[in-house]
This record gives sequence, structure tokens and C-alpha cells, in this order.
Amino acid sequence: MTILITILSIVLLTVVVVQIGKVTELAAKLRGEEVAEQESYNRAGVWLLLFGVAFLVLCIWSAWHYKNYMLGYGPHEAASAHGGQLDTLFTTTLFFTGIVFILTQAALFWFSYVYKRDPNRRATFISHDNRLEIIWTIVPAIVMAILVINGLVAWNDVMADVGEDEEYIEIEATGYQFAWTIRYPGADGKLGAKDFRLIDLGNNPLGQDWTDPKNHDDFHANEIVLPVGKKIRVRITSRDVLHNFYLPHFRVKMDAVPGIPTYFVFTPEKTTEDYRQMLKEYEEYQVPTDPEDPESEPKWKTFNYELACAELCGQGHYSMRKLVRIVSEEEYKNWLTTQPSWYQQNIRNTDADPYSGEELPTDPEKEMEEAVPADNEEMISE
Amino acid sequence: MAEVHTQHYEEVDTLIEDQGYDDHFHDHHHGDKYQSNFITHYIFSMDHKIIARQFLITGMFWAIIGAGMSIIFRLQLGFPEENLAWLQPLLGKWIVVNEAGIGTLSPEFYYALVTMHGTIIVFFVLTAGLSGTFSNLLIPLQLGARDMASPFLNMLSYWFFFLASIVMFYSLFLSTGPFSGGWTAYPPLSALPQASTGSGAGMTLWLVSLVFFVVSVLLGGINYITTVLNLRTKGMSLWRMPLTIWAFLITAIIGLLSFPVLVSGFFLLMFDRGLGTSFYLSDIFIAGQALDYVGGSPILYQHLFWFLGHPEVYIIILPAMGIVSEVISVHSRKPIFGYKAMVFSMLAIAFLSFIVWAHHMFMAGVNPFISNFFVVFTLIIAVPSAVKVFNWIGTLYKGNLRLNTPMLFGIGFVSMFISGGLTGIFLGNSAIDIQMHDTYFVVAHFHIVMGVAAFFGMFAGVYHWFPKMFGRFMNSTLGKIHFWGTLIGAYAVFWPMHYIGMAGVPRRYYRFDNFEAFGEFAEMNQFITIAAIVVFAVQILFVINFFYSIWYGKKMTTQNPWEATTLEWSTPIEPIHGNWPGKLPVVHRWAYDYNKDEREYVPQYVPMTEEEAKEEAH
Repeated sequence: MTILITILSIVLLTVVVVQIGKVTELAAKLRGEEVAEQESYNRAGVWLLLFGVAFLVLCIWSAWHYKNYMLGYGPHEAASAHGGQLDTLFTTTLFFTGIVFILTQAALFWFSYVYKRDPNRRATFISHDNRLEIIWTIVPAIVMAILVINGLVAWNDVMADVGEDEEYIEIEATGYQFAWTIRYPGADGKLGAKDFRLIDLGNNPLGQDWTDPKNHDDFHANEIVLPVGKKIRVRITSRDVLHNFYLPHFRVKMDAVPGIPTYFVFTPEKTTEDYRQMLKEYEEYQVPTDPEDPESEPKWKTFNYELACAELCGQGHYSMRKLVRIVSEEEYKNWLTTQPSWYQQNIRNTDADPYSGEELPTDPEKEMEEAVPADNEEMISE
Repeated sequence: MAEVHTQHYEEVDTLIEDQGYDDHFHDHHHGDKYQSNFITHYIFSMDHKIIARQFLITGMFWAIIGAGMSIIFRLQLGFPEENLAWLQPLLGKWIVVNEAGIGTLSPEFYYALVTMHGTIIVFFVLTAGLSGTFSNLLIPLQLGARDMASPFLNMLSYWFFFLASIVMFYSLFLSTGPFSGGWTAYPPLSALPQASTGSGAGMTLWLVSLVFFVVSVLLGGINYITTVLNLRTKGMSLWRMPLTIWAFLITAIIGLLSFPVLVSGFFLLMFDRGLGTSFYLSDIFIAGQALDYVGGSPILYQHLFWFLGHPEVYIIILPAMGIVSEVISVHSRKPIFGYKAMVFSMLAIAFLSFIVWAHHMFMAGVNPFISNFFVVFTLIIAVPSAVKVFNWIGTLYKGNLRLNTPMLFGIGFVSMFISGGLTGIFLGNSAIDIQMHDTYFVVAHFHIVMGVAAFFGMFAGVYHWFPKMFGRFMNSTLGKIHFWGTLIGAYAVFWPMHYIGMAGVPRRYYRFDNFEAFGEFAEMNQFITIAAIVVFAVQILFVINFFYSIWYGKKMTTQNPWEATTLEWSTPIEPIHGNWPGKLPVVHRWAYDYNKDEREYVPQYVPMTEEEAKEEAH
């Protein structure tokens, strides 16, 4: 029945539409086609002008209205050291493109209106104007040069890897369908070697090589916890298909590629609490978290940084969320002590432990020696 | 009135008969034996005008399907809680109905719809439907040629497209669903059936279909290039060609150079899928199992894909630019402003399009140093693009604009191209792309600049050359409704997406409420969905107008209803095989002599006056 009604209404609509067409054509014939056409040009000219004005006004109004969603404005301030640089670049680009946008759209719709057909006027033959053309080639070229230079300076700055003698914390994010595993290096500050062939979903989800002593203190965390003001190097890997490590508030984004570890270096500058305090100022964050329950906490209070996936990875792509907490250094150190190493908790003295029943090699010298080949391997594969 | 037109009609014919070039075409009668019955005339036709119509109508079929799909996934995005059980008769098991009778779209099929929407619109509609239609129709007609250089290859080109269409259409009905890994088909997702149900048979058919499609593009492209270079009529030097022809020529060259790279990428992907090679795969643990693939790089595929993928956007937009240049000039009654600058900027864009592909891969894990080059080349493209925009606006200046439907779509094209082009300047700058990559900002950018704009170019072309194709006009009232609905609607759909993207919301999400940061836009998403439905409805209006006008539209009574200068308007109203009844017209001037002297327009086949010849000699 529904289908029948749908079909009938479509047919009916078609008939109505066709009739409208016929009637207007007939009317045009009655009044004389020339006259009717000229009238329609006049109307279209006015409409184009109105549209142009309304369009530009709406664009500017909406930009103002939604300014709080723009990069670097209001509650969408970057929370990382490099973020501000990108946001400034965004604003600069918006400024230049905004000018071009308004001037060209205004000229387009204004000319369409002003020069609409007038039977008593003729078009002017203008085939080209070299001077004008040179100007409007060179001016965009200069603007582009400014944007490119600014952009590349920022880009090379942001994407630079950590220097050799720089202090930093390295963590590892591994994407899989459809979640992330976050690995911390533990007390030695170094991530142990891993191999996808060693993966065992129950006991060894990352394929860590337990003969590598650097693995013995590595732990997996349920959320990303990082100290404020410290340089973080995230090693990004994938277990199955492409994923993308995306921290919107920190302006961090990088694909996770199976077989090719990637990285992103950034420094968080605002703790979660700082960011909440900042959000508190904005009306849209003072409303209750649950719109049905006016008693629930205001939105700013429940705010959290999030990790998302930004590369299509299958049907659960939209659900790869992980919580990110930026805390003070002290808090971070306390948190570290609460995180047991995966090896100690799940592997030690089981069948999977190569040192089962033995003492662990703890000698730092020896540890260094053993670490060298594994390190080399990693560097080559990178 | 009618008498005047007949007179004019005779004048043109006499002129061509007097001045024209005799190629002894009708001494042989070789064309007619292929036109003897319905099948050879309308189905397996080798006449470029029929093939153009075949491309157009097949493209329209796909456009309705591709756009219809977007409506279904927009329903999911705008109204995620709404009951979609009413779609079950159409989508079957892909609508999951729970015990309470509430139907939801399954995420797998959501992704399949997104993927098919992209594939269909990019390849089948905006490549085949746009360039296929107008290259076929206009190249011989505007150059003064009897047909394409090889009518047979031309026919094959359409039928390979048809074959590709059949395979792709069939894949929509697979029990595992069509391919669902995005129109870019990045491995490993596209390589491993374990990774996604759509990556099984759906992906196999997707690859087969697109290989056929590329064959079609190459056969067409070779033909277009050969025809333009070899079959121009006497006097039609390259610098006298209309901009449409320049655009089609450059498009065909880009296609010929880039599509084979895509196919090579596809073949390696097929090997990885079927023969156990590891071109793109390495270190993969999936479905509880470590796979044997070692040493491949998924990024290699991205390089091969985007080596076509980026030129592809110009394959889509250049024909639209050519059409719009022509339409704007004719209806402004003015020469196109800066004809040579237009050609050189198209050539520059075409050249640059080959060295910017990795700007799609800034965040893909390629060496950040390499990105420097791609940023520079990408942003250089803004310069020739800007020149083109200024030239279109310059053409309107001091014109005498007939604001009819094709002209309106031409103006709409320029507006869309400006809006979408400018956001490209954000994205091409890799530093800004860190945040913008794969967000709705990108969706807004490319839909406006190459989706909507290319459609506007196509509509301008259809309304403008409809009389040439079918001997009748499309209804202009319906055309105006179509224009205003599409212009306002398309901006309503895509403008808000900029804000969603700036807030960081990623594209290709099935729903947004898993994240605090992305869940704020429920109302805006509803608004977008409603606008999308309106735009879709308006396109149906266009389709009705199109088919109605083929049979019942206002008849074309003159040969040259737009008073244009190009050669296609010197052919008889009733199209004939070989295009001109007797001799071929000889060209004496460029295509843009509008209001140059006391004459309102001077067609290309009109010989120069003595004064003009003197001027030319200087």
C-alpha cells in the first residue's frame, strides 16, 4: 500500500510538474516569446543579486555564529605546544581567502545583475587586457608564496622527530579493528621489540618479544595519561589495516600503517583540568551533560580529551575511542606506579616466559648489549 | 519570423557550399550501411552524436543511484535514532529491525553506500557522463569533422563503460554487499576479505568493473586526441579552437597518462588478493591469525592510486570549465576574456596535476620532507585557477547577459568553483592539513569544488546543447526551479560541513555520539540531511524535464538558436550522419567574434572582410 501511494504521488507530481512547464510555455507564446524571455532575464538578474547579497551575509553571519568551532577560537583552542602555530596559520589563510572570496563572489553576482540583457544595449568587445592579467596572476602568486613559506616553516617544525640528546617520553599506540592498545616503556624508558608473528590474543596482544629485557617493564594502559609540558613521541603502529591516530584537541594526526611504524611528536600544554577551567567560561559548556537530567554535571566538568581513528578501517571505524588525560608531572609519576608490567602480570613463570624459573637479566650493561641488535632492526624497518 | 530563419538557414548552407571544403564524403555512402536498422542506429551505433547521448543517459542513471545512496546514508547521519524499517523492502537485510520494530541501517551497508556513492559519482557520472558525453558530442561538431577518428573504437568505448556499469550494478546485490572500504580502496582493508565483508566478492567485482572502465576511458581518450589533432577542418588551427575543445583535448591527455597507473595499482592489488604476493601487505595479524605477507607497503598503493586520483579531479573539472567558458561567452555576447590565458592556465593545471598527488597523503606516513615539494606545487595550482576565475568574471563585465538556464548554471559554476577552490588553499598547506585531513572540511571542499561545480558545468552543457542533441529545448521554467533549488540547496548541504570539519569531526563516521568532541552537531546534521533531500528532489525534476523535453519540448526552429559562432550550430536541425549535408565548413576566424564590429556575432565559417584581413596581417 505504501509503495502504491508513493508511486502514485510520484506520478502525480510528474504530471503537475509537466503541466507547469506546459503552461509557462503557452503563456510565453501568448505574450510573445521575446518579451517573455526579456522579463525572465530581468527577474533572474534581480534574483542573482538578492542571492549574492544573502549568500555573503549568511556566510559572514554563520562564520561569526560558529566562530567557536574554528581553529584557535573560543573553546576550540589547541592544547599542544605546536597547535597554536597551526591555528595562526589557519587564521592567516582565512583572512586572505576571505578577502578573495568576498570580492570575487560580489563581483560575480553584481556583474550578473548589472549587465543582464538590455535589448537597447550592446556588449563591449573586450578580448583581453595584458596589464590586468599580469596583475591578477602576480598578486595571487605573492599571496600563495607567503602562505607556502609560513606553512612550510610550521610543517617542518611540527613534523621534526626528536633530537638525539632531547628528553622525551615515548609511548606506542597500536590500532586494530576496532580499538587501540597503548604501550608505555616502563621504568627503562624504552619500548621492547615486537613481532607480529608472536601475537597471541590472550597473552600477548602486541607480539612483544619476551627475550628482550626492555619488554619486561612495558605496560599496557587503559587510557593515555601524559604529563603536561613534556615532549611526547608517539610511535604509531597497526596490527591489521590502516588506522589513524587522531587527537583533535592537540592537532595531532598520523596514519597507523601495518609494517611501517610512524611517529608524531607533540607537547601537551594544558592539563585536562586546565582545559575544563577554560571551557567553564563558555555558555555552551555550562549546560548539563545529560539534557534530560538538569541535575547532571555541567558539560565542562565532564570534559575529556579523546583519541579517535581518522582513517577508514572497517565497519567499527567510528567507535575507536580512547580517553586521554593530561596531568601534572607528580600525578603522572603516581599513576606510573599503579601500572603493573604486562610481563610480570601475565607472562612471568608461565610457559610463554623464556626466563621461566630463571632470574631476569637485570644487569644494565648486559641489557644494553642485548638491546643493540633489536634496536638496529627497528631502525632499519623504520 | 519563420521566414527570416529559413532565409538564414539557406544563407549558412549556401555559404558552406560556396566556401566549404569538399572531402568527397557523400560519394562513398560508407556511413549509411551502419544506420540501416534500429539496433545499429540506436544501440550499436558508431555515430558520435548517438554515443554522446548513450553516455549522457547512462550517466544520468548512475547519478540517480549515486545520489540516492547519499540520501540513505544522510538519513543515518541526520536522524540516527529514526526508524528506517520502511526502507526494508528496498534494502532487505541491510536494515536491521529489532524486537521493538525499529529498523536501523547496518554499519557495513552504511560504509558500502558511502563507498559506492564516491565510486559511482567520480567515475561513472563525472568522468564518463560528463567528459564522455560532451567530448563525443562536441569534438567532431565544433571542429568540423564528420565523426571521430575511429567510430568503432568510440563505440567500444561506450560498451566497455556499459560492461563496467553492469558489473558494478551486479555487485550491489551480492549477499556480502558491495565493496565498503572507501572509494580510494586502500589496502590492507581492500585486500583482505577478513577485514570487511565488502572486501570479498564485492571488491573483486569493484576491481573488475573499474578495469573495464579504464579501458573505456583509454579508448575514448585516444580517439578524442587523434580527432582533435588530425580531423580539424580547413582553417581550424589550434588557436582557433573553442575552449571546450581545448578542455576535452587536455582532459583526454591527462586521462591517457594517468589511468594506466591506476590499473597497474589495481593489478598489484589483485595479485595480493589472489596470488599471495605482498606488494601492499606486511606484518598483519587479523581474525586471530598472523598472515604470511611480509615486506609490502600499503603506502605504495596510495602513491599509485593518487597518481591517477589527483589528475582525476581535473579530468572531472576541466571539461566543466571548457563548457562553462563557452556558455558564458555565448550568453554574455562577448568573447571569453583572455582566451590564451585560459588555454595556458588549463595547460598549467594539467601539468601541475601530475606532481601534486601526495598532497592526499600528508598524514599517511610518508617522509615529511617530501611533503614540502607537494605543498609548493599544490599551492601553485591556485594561481592558474585564480586566473580562470578572474577571466570568467571579466567575461561578464560589460556584457549583455542572457540569464537563461545554461547561463545561470554557468554563473553558479563560477560561484561554486570559487567557494570550493579557496578551501583547497587550507588543505594544500600540509601544516593546516594536520588538523583538517579526513575531516568534514575535506568533504565540504571537494564536494563543492569538483562535485557540485562539475555538476553545474554539466547542467550548463546539457541545457545549452540540448537543442543540438534532440532538436528541442528544455523547459526553462523547470530549468530555473532546478537551478535555484540546486544552488541554494547545495550550499545549504555543504557550507555547514566546513564548521563541522573545523571542529575536528572526522568523515566516514557512522555515528558521532561515541565521542564528546564530535557529538555536538546533531541539529546541523539534520539540517544538512533535509537540504540534501530537497536537492535530490530537484534533480528528479531535471530528469523529468529532460525526458519530457526530448519528445514534447519546444521545437528548435532555427539552426543557431543561441546565435553562437561555433560550427556545431551550422549543421542541420535534424542531425544527419556525417554532420554536414554537403561540404565541410571552412574556418576563417576564432570562436569568439561577438560584438566585434557592427555585427552582433560572426560565426567561424564566415570569411574575413578586407578590413579584418588587414588587421590580422598586422
